[in-house]
Amino acid sequence: MDLEFSADELAFRVSVRAFLTENLPEDIAGKVRASKELTREDYLRWQAILNAQGWLAATWEQEYGGPGWNAVQRHIFAEECALSGAPRMPPFGLAMLGPVLIKYGTEEQKQTLLPRILEGTDWWCQGFSEPGAGSDLASLKARAERDGDDYIVNGQKTWTTLGQYANKIFCLVRTSATAKPQGGISFLLVDLDTPGVEMRPIRLIDGGHEVNEVFFTDARVPVSNLVGEENQGWAIAKYLLTHERTNIAGVGFSMMDMARYRKLAAGITRDGRPLAEHPVFAARAAEIETDLEALRITNLRMLAAAQGGSAGGMGSSILKLKGTQVRQEIQDLYRSALGPHAAPLASDLSENELSVPVEAARAAPAYFLNRKQSIFGGSNEIQRNIVAKEMFRE
Amino acid sequence: MDFNLSEDHEILSNTLRRFLSDNTSVEGRNESAFDAPYHSPDLWMALCELGIAGAFVSEDQGGFGGSAQDIAVIFEELGGALCVEPALGTLMAARLLAEAGREDIVEQLIAGEARAALAVYEPELACALTPMATVAAEQGGGWVLTGRKSAIYGAPGARYLVVAAKTGAGIGLFLLEDPQIIAAAMADGGGIGELVLDNTPAERLSDIAGPELEQALDLGRIALCAEAVGAMSSLVDMTVDYLNQRKQFGKALSSFQALQHRVVDMQMELEQCRSILISAVAHYGTPEAPRHVSMAKNLVGRAGRKIAEDSIQLHGGIGMTWEYPGTHFAKRLVMIDHQLGDQSDHLMRIMSGTAA
Repeated sequence: MDLEFSADELAFRVSVRAFLTENLPEDIAGKVRASKELTREDYLRWQAILNAQGWLAATWEQEYGGPGWNAVQRHIFAEECALSGAPRMPPFGLAMLGPVLIKYGTEEQKQTLLPRILEGTDWWCQGFSEPGAGSDLASLKARAERDGDDYIVNGQKTWTTLGQYANKIFCLVRTSATAKPQGGISFLLVDLDTPGVEMRPIRLIDGGHEVNEVFFTDARVPVSNLVGEENQGWAIAKYLLTHERTNIAGVGFSMMDMARYRKLAAGITRDGRPLAEHPVFAARAAEIETDLEALRITNLRMLAAAQGGSAGGMGSSILKLKGTQVRQEIQDLYRSALGPHAAPLASDLSENELSVPVEAARAAPAYFLNRKQSIFGGSNEIQRNIVAKEMFRE
Repeated sequence: MDFNLSEDHEILSNTLRRFLSDNTSVEGRNESAFDAPYHSPDLWMALCELGIAGAFVSEDQGGFGGSAQDIAVIFEELGGALCVEPALGTLMAARLLAEAGREDIVEQLIAGEARAALAVYEPELACALTPMATVAAEQGGGWVLTGRKSAIYGAPGARYLVVAAKTGAGIGLFLLEDPQIIAAAMADGGGIGELVLDNTPAERLSDIAGPELEQALDLGRIALCAEAVGAMSSLVDMTVDYLNQRKQFGKALSSFQALQHRVVDMQMELEQCRSILISAVAHYGTPEAPRHVSMAKNLVGRAGRKIAEDSIQLHGGIGMTWEYPGTHFAKRLVMIDHQLGDQSDHLMRIMSGTAA
């Protein structure tokens, strides 16, 4: 048994840390630590820095511009990024579509689209969920009908994250009515400026704009925008959704959030003493740190298993379940720590009018927004179904 | 043993429920809740005409109610309709003004002609009243206040502020008219204020008001617990409706046992909150009141978070949207725990001798 990284892995971590210290813009890290919304430019600035270093597309093969890392290196990189306050890069082009194109795309799609993802020329968003197809994704209704060299696309997609920053969307569309709903789905790339495509914002619980609805009305899309074979979309989608397994537990983010909590608790008082010494808060923080330490090791165990080629199917679901529980618990602790001062909407107050440290001012909205963690990417109920299916398999 | 409401309380409850259902909506609430004055003055006036502010004060002090049960009935209905009107601040301020013999102001509050709020807490004061940093000093025959007050509910637009400050003798209460406050919306809507005092002249209401202040705060806590019970009840109903109506995998979500069980747990928490609220109301005005009020506020804080989070989770993405009314009930339930002491503060109060 050896819980430590190897000397090579530790050296890699040192190089990642040095890079982040040197290159992560402080204004961007400050926004991340204060749970503020990032602009398109913030993301693109950090993307360009990572791309120049060759570290942007962690999961891509080297011939397409990936860094050629193994699973442990990808894990170390993701964890160090989270701890430093680097933005979580939107996964749609880099972690989702890129690997899909590498596996299923035509040579032309790879040559034209992959460089545009790296350079930030294309910002992709995801068109999977529909109003009637959430957890039951296979019941999706948006359809693409063949008309010469085009598909005519009609339907509605929803929960399109950061679609307002995107110029392109990858969609699951129905191309054939089969007995088994999964059988008639295709994976289609659509330019958002195609006539008949309209995006509308959805306002979320914290009042912010992070997701959108996308409407397709007789939108004409070239058949050459199909990825893989017609009606092969479900297999591609499954590949996409299970591909990015590193960092699904968000251990790095939770560690950063916990450090943020510790700092806050040392600096604010309740009942005339530092909150860190308040018995209720001290006990809760200790329990959460225990859960987090166990999760860190669980994550490493799964990582080692994946490295050895013996990753179980339920592993990533368990990491997602416990990972989101721990993250949400920390968000709750952080919000609770502020007591009455979590109530005023920070946006209404100037910095010197706040009763709390400015980086804590968005604690309540951030807690509310982070309820999404247990809903998106396969809700925690769906993750439990996946684990149960494996545990009770006949 | 009889857990039914009296006939009068039944009428009060039904009247208010009908009025709120006919005249308010979550959409309408949200239109006024996030911009100054963070509520609807017309709606507040209409509620005062119905007599809700009058019901905050006893008959011998110029009102026509004032029992903890009156307060609980009213706030449960306000919570059930997610009403964002500044009833909490008015309630606590009116009680203290009545105690101080200021029927002239109480009369204006009851009529809806003016509003008042209570300034107790400070940047480093969350629930307990000590160590209070705001001080009152005598100066030129009057009094001046220095310090900073936080978390003043309903302060934006209030003509009167009742301010707690340390005097030589203990904690005193002072009156500010047309105060200069820093106004903000709360995360879940409604107005909140901060107050910076720097040798600010104020009128003395009482030199030593610690016990009266604790009583007014405990009544405010009962009001918040009742509001939460109303909001929980509405949110559980909305969740059941949604699960009945939403279909995935070819059947209603309500047919999945794992989801049914979570709703059952929500209902169980709601029943527990109803019971602890009844206990707090029954003990109000007795020496055991602080302990029972803290038990209620602690349980409501814990259950409120659970019901809010479960309802969001059971709704899926819809429960995360601003457009869906249930979202705002969930936010209210979470934020109630931040007002007048949270579950940790009240746990400490239950455990300590002072609340025994």
